[in-house]
This record gives sequence, structure tokens and C-alpha cells, in this order.
Amino acid sequence: MIYLDNSATTKPHKEILATFLKASEEYFGNPASLHKIGNEAEKLLESARRQISQLLKMDQIVFTSGGTESNNLAILGTADAYRSRGRHVVSAVTEHASVLKPLEELERRGFEVTRLAVDKFGQIDLNELKNSVRSDTILVTLMHINNETGAVHPIAEIKKILGGTRALLHTDAVQSIGKVPLDTDSMPDLLTMSAHKIHGLKGSGVLAFNKVQPGAILFGGGQESGYRSGTVAVPQAAALAKALRLAQPNPLFAEWNRNLREFFGSFDDIMIVSPDNAAPHILSVALRGAKGEVLVSGLQDEAVFVSTSSACSSKNTETSHVIEALNLPPVFREGVIRISFGAFTTQQNITDFQRAFKKVHRIIKGVRNNEN
Amino acid sequence: MKTNQILVRYGELSTKGKNRSSFIGRLRDNIHHTFSDLGKLQIKAERDRMFINSDSEEDMEQVISRLPKVFGIQSFSPVTETELSLEAMKSAAETLIGKMDTEGKSFKVTVRRANKDFELQKPEILHGIGSHVLRAFPGLLVQMKNPEIDLKVEIRDKAAYMTAEVIQGAGGLPIGAGGKALLMLSGGLDSPVAGFHMLKRGVRLELIHFFSPPFTNDRAKEKVFDLAQKLSEFGSSVNLHIIPFTKLQQEVHKQVPDNITMTSTRRMMMRVADGVLEETGCKAIITGESLGQVASQTLESLHAINAVTTTPVLRPLIATDKLEIIDTAMQIGTHDISVRPYEDCCTIFTPANPKTKPKLEKVEYYEGFVSFDELIQEAVEKREVIKFPRAKINEFDELL
Repeated sequence: MIYLDNSATTKPHKEILATFLKASEEYFGNPASLHKIGNEAEKLLESARRQISQLLKMDQIVFTSGGTESNNLAILGTADAYRSRGRHVVSAVTEHASVLKPLEELERRGFEVTRLAVDKFGQIDLNELKNSVRSDTILVTLMHINNETGAVHPIAEIKKILGGTRALLHTDAVQSIGKVPLDTDSMPDLLTMSAHKIHGLKGSGVLAFNKVQPGAILFGGGQESGYRSGTVAVPQAAALAKALRLAQPNPLFAEWNRNLREFFGSFDDIMIVSPDNAAPHILSVALRGAKGEVLVSGLQDEAVFVSTSSACSSKNTETSHVIEALNLPPVFREGVIRISFGAFTTQQNITDFQRAFKKVHRIIKGVRNNEN
Repeated sequence: MKTNQILVRYGELSTKGKNRSSFIGRLRDNIHHTFSDLGKLQIKAERDRMFINSDSEEDMEQVISRLPKVFGIQSFSPVTETELSLEAMKSAAETLIGKMDTEGKSFKVTVRRANKDFELQKPEILHGIGSHVLRAFPGLLVQMKNPEIDLKVEIRDKAAYMTAEVIQGAGGLPIGAGGKALLMLSGGLDSPVAGFHMLKRGVRLELIHFFSPPFTNDRAKEKVFDLAQKLSEFGSSVNLHIIPFTKLQQEVHKQVPDNITMTSTRRMMMRVADGVLEETGCKAIITGESLGQVASQTLESLHAINAVTTTPVLRPLIATDKLEIIDTAMQIGTHDISVRPYEDCCTIFTPANPKTKPKLEKVEYYEGFVSFDELIQEAVEKREVIKFPRAKINEFDELL
């Protein structure tokens, strides 16, 4: 099996599963319980929190059910807590649905949202960003690495631009944490990460923040300092801390990426969708006149697993909003597939992928030629 | 240019007459202790200032960031070393001043030309550096008397040394210079702050905590551990004495009427503390009491409680408002630990109407029916002693 869909999700690491299992068996207590068993669970939880805080260089760590909840908490929570400062939020059209949908919800609640356009490289115009931030802008939410194309937003520069303003910066770093080196000198005010993208467990994420107090979006027992009610999933938190510690950007990603770009460059009907300076672990390409899903299913027959555009919207037959925003030539729009690397990807996988792809390409092309 | 030296100005100890050299020695030891995790620092102590040297610039950065917590230092300045040329000094001066806020600040350059063979004369050096800095930072205003930024240049045989930035120290006296005392640590807001004030006056601490299982639980103990850890981060380790207090507390409740149990309990604590004091060589007891804060902290209560001992009881917070105490607790990082909501030995067994003006004779009368001596002796003997800072072994290292 050649699994190259690591931006959709990753296979859990054995060590991380071991942590989860051990924590579930030996630290099953409710960290809010007063007795010893609860106390032990709380100590584990706080150690996990401290470790994550140190690795991310962020003060406050709130455990959530994953990237989507973290993004919702960051956006709806911050908007709610800072609404007296203003009701304007800035974002970009290529954000993940878990950012775009809460923004729509904000609009229903009377906020104004500016969505920055991107160029064909998936980049926002920093001048446009600068001009769109107003005195009543309370939040700018921009992802670090785009899940569909690997396009990178320059967070350090964006942070600098927002320096003189009152706007807080939230960054969805689900696709970048553990995959590319972390620039801890330029961390945003709020940061979203998810465990299952770095060989941890699904249903587990973090919203990390510095000097911000977002309002809650889940109400109940006041756990997680009131930011996120609900009995804290201690084993998941421990597993996430472990996953974050084990996650290491792999220098080979860049080499494989170059390798594949050369490979795809040899086809005259393939367009490389990911910009040249995209993150190394995500590569999107498009086959002229074909459907991405046909490629996905053809590759699956060769035991190779990739995805069309982002997995969450893959079941939609419409073109993804990210691909739409890039303004691809129409003949390529439906033929996009995404290859993404993870910790278990090997050089052999890359070689095998190429062989499989050639075969599938021949079949699809044959069908197309017959049609002609 | 490089920074491999720090110039330290002493706090109050410059005025301490004959004891001066022992204070300075203490400060040097404390600095060594504080930075024992770094490579070896060379410390040269002179009569009115001290130089800390290290070959590692990284270690120097660590020292600069942590030195403001060490008591006994009025202020300190990183010293920049440059080669002996006007150009090198000019560019080093620009880098040094560049780190500071210059807009509208008064400024002057002082030159000491100890190396009489240096090719340039003092006025040339002064003018060269001064005019260069003023061109680079037009916001500066030259002022010869008490300028806000005083760039000092010393020309020596092999190099030139420059200082500009003055970083505030913690003040106070070096810990240990003031002997050792026993702090009654409850887990509340006040006692750690009281401890901090005494640390600042150079007093080394032993800590005593009264533990009454099952009425107080492990989390309350955990909280006290965390407070002890904090108090051990000011350059001197501390021992925490955990006293098993349940039996004594129960006996008090059997013997004395409800409304004076609180006074009597506290008298027992004092007596136990006295026992520990004897064994540890402490010369005083420290409490976090603040006059009128609660029933046990009225003058009448203090009088009745204090009557059991002739040991000096130091109460550094006696005339401090609660809000000031909270501010200090936040500054020293104990606030968030102290406000964790677990019962301590003071909050359980609190009678509904404790006497705010207990009469000493009455308290003595009720206590007089039994001898508490044995129980007190037992509490002292069965205490658990834990040293802080605890080695940082994370029990979850493998799991996480």
C-alpha cells in the first residue's frame, strides 16, 4: 500500500497509540475529581499541556475535539469576546471550510467579513491585507499552509503588518505543524493544530493562544479554564503531546517533491497546481480533460492512495473553492489530485507511485484517444 | 565585539561596614548557585562592584535574563568588548545604544584611558564616538550631569570595554546573609508573599506545613509543594517540613470550646514550629499574618497565640493591605497556585463564630486539662522533610 494522502489524515504512530492506551488504562480518572486517581490524571494532563506549550512557545493551551472546533473557537470565541472593539474580520477565500463557515455565521450575527482574493499562486496581496485592516478589525484569520495546494502564507510578514493594529491574528496551522519547521519567533495570537495530521488520534486538537481571551462556544462544567467545557480527554491530550514531540519536518520531503515535479513535468497534459514555493509535503497536479476522481480510483487499483481536492469536500462533485480561486484553465479544473507525504512515506513509495501513475495515465489517455 | 562580562553594582550591602566582605562572598556564592546549570562563571568581587565573566555568549544571555531575580544587586550592565580602534568602538557604541529607547533621552559619553599608549587622546575618542552616536540617533540630547544614558568607555591594554544599558536588580540582601527562619506555609495567598519579603531581606527559609488527612487532601499538599518550588527559585534551596497534624487538631477539638479552637489550634502550630525550629537552627518564625484580616489576626488573637513562644515571630505583612499582597503574589508567581480551591488546615474546623478577642487565661485554662506535649513531640518527630527545588524529573517523560 502506498499511502500518499497524509494531508487528509495520517496513520497513527505506534508509540502514540501506546501512550493513548497506557493513559486510558492507567490515568482514566476525571482530572476534575478530587481523589488520587483524578489527581494523577490531572498531573498527566497538565504535563501534556506544559509540553505542548513549550514546543509551540504559546502560553495557553486548550484541548479541543480537533481542527474544526479549534477554528470555530478561535473565530466565534474571539469575535464574541472582542465585539465591543469592532465587528470586522479579515480572511482569505482559500481558507478551510472550518474557517469559512464560522465566518458566514459571523456575518449572520452582524459582523462584516473581508475575504482576500489570491493570485494564481494562492498568495494574498499583502498590500491588500494592509489596506483591508481597519480600526474596527478585531481578527485576521489566515491559514499557514493551504491544505489543497500547499501554498504558504507568510505568517511572519503578516504578523509584522498587523503589528501596529489592534487586530488579533489567528492561524490555522493544521497542515504545517510537524511538517515544516516552526518559526516560534513569529507565532500568531491564536493557533489551531490537530493531532491526526501528525500521526496522532482523530478527535483531538488544540487551540493555542497568547494574551487573548476568546469567549467559549461550548458551555458546561467550565473545564479548560472555562474555554472549553466537557470532561477533558486526558489520553487524547497525552497522545497529542507525544505526537507533537515526535513530529519532525522531514528534509526528504523537498527532495521527493522536486523529484515528482520533474516526473510530472515530463507529461504534456499535466499541469502542476501547487506553486513553486509551496510547502514540500503537499503537491497538487491536474490532468487535462480528466476527472480527479477517475485518477484516484485508477491509482487505487494500483494500491496507491491520493485524493482529489480536500478530502472533506471530495464527495462534492463541484470544483473545490480553492481550485476555483486559483483560476485554473477550465480543462484542468476537474482533474486535480493531491499527493501528500507523512512520516511513513519512503523513497520507494515515490518510485512506486511514478510507475503506478504512468500505468493509470496510459489507461485514461487510451480511453480519451478512443473517444476522439 | 562581544559581550562576555557583566558589571554588577551591589545593593544595600555597600553600606554594611565590617560585614561587607561576608555579604559579598554570599552574593558570589548565590550567583554561582543560581547559574549552576550553566558553564562555570568567573566572578571577580571587588569592594564596590563585581564582574561576572564567561566565555560563552549564550551563558551570558542566560545570566542577563535571570540576574534580575537575584537579591543583593542594585543594578547591572552588560560589558561589551571591542578591539582597540575608533571604528570598532563607534560601531559597538551604535549597537549598544540601538538596543535602548533613545527618543528625547539625555546622553553623554565618558572615557577612561587607562592604556596610556593608545594612539588617540581622550578628546578625540570622546568626539569620535559621541558625534557618531548622535548622528545615528538624532533623538538624543547631550547632557553632562546625570544623563539617562551614560555610555562608558574604558581603554585598556588589549581591548576597549563599553557599557551603556543599566538593568535594574532585585535589590535587597543576598539570601543567607540574614540567617535562617521558619515560614509557616498554609497554601493561601499571604504566607508565600511573607516568605518572599524575608528572602529579599537575605533570610534563608525553612518551610513548615500542617497536613491533616483526611480533612485536607493530596491536592492541598500538591499546592504546597508547588509553592515551595516557587520559593526555591530565588537562588537558595528550601526544606519543606510536612507535619502530621490530624491527632493534635482532634485533641484540641475534644478539649476546648468551639469558639476558641481556632486560637488553640494556632497555639499548637506555634509549639510544633518551635520544635522544628530547634532542630533546624532557625532563629525566628515567619507568618503571613496581616492585622485584622481574619479572626485569628486581631491583636488579641495574636497576643493569645504568641504567648506559647519566646521565639521572635516575624510578620512582614502585618501592615499590608490584601490588594498589595495579591499584587506581590502575582509578581512572584505564587498567586495562581494559592487560589486553587482546596481546603487547608486553617479552613477546615473553622467554627461558625470564632472569638475575635480570645482571652489568654481562658485558652490556657481549657488547654490545661491535658498535656499536649507528647502529641506535639510526635508531630515534630513524624514530620516528612522534602527539599526544593525538586530535581526536575518528569514522571511522564516516557509517556509523553
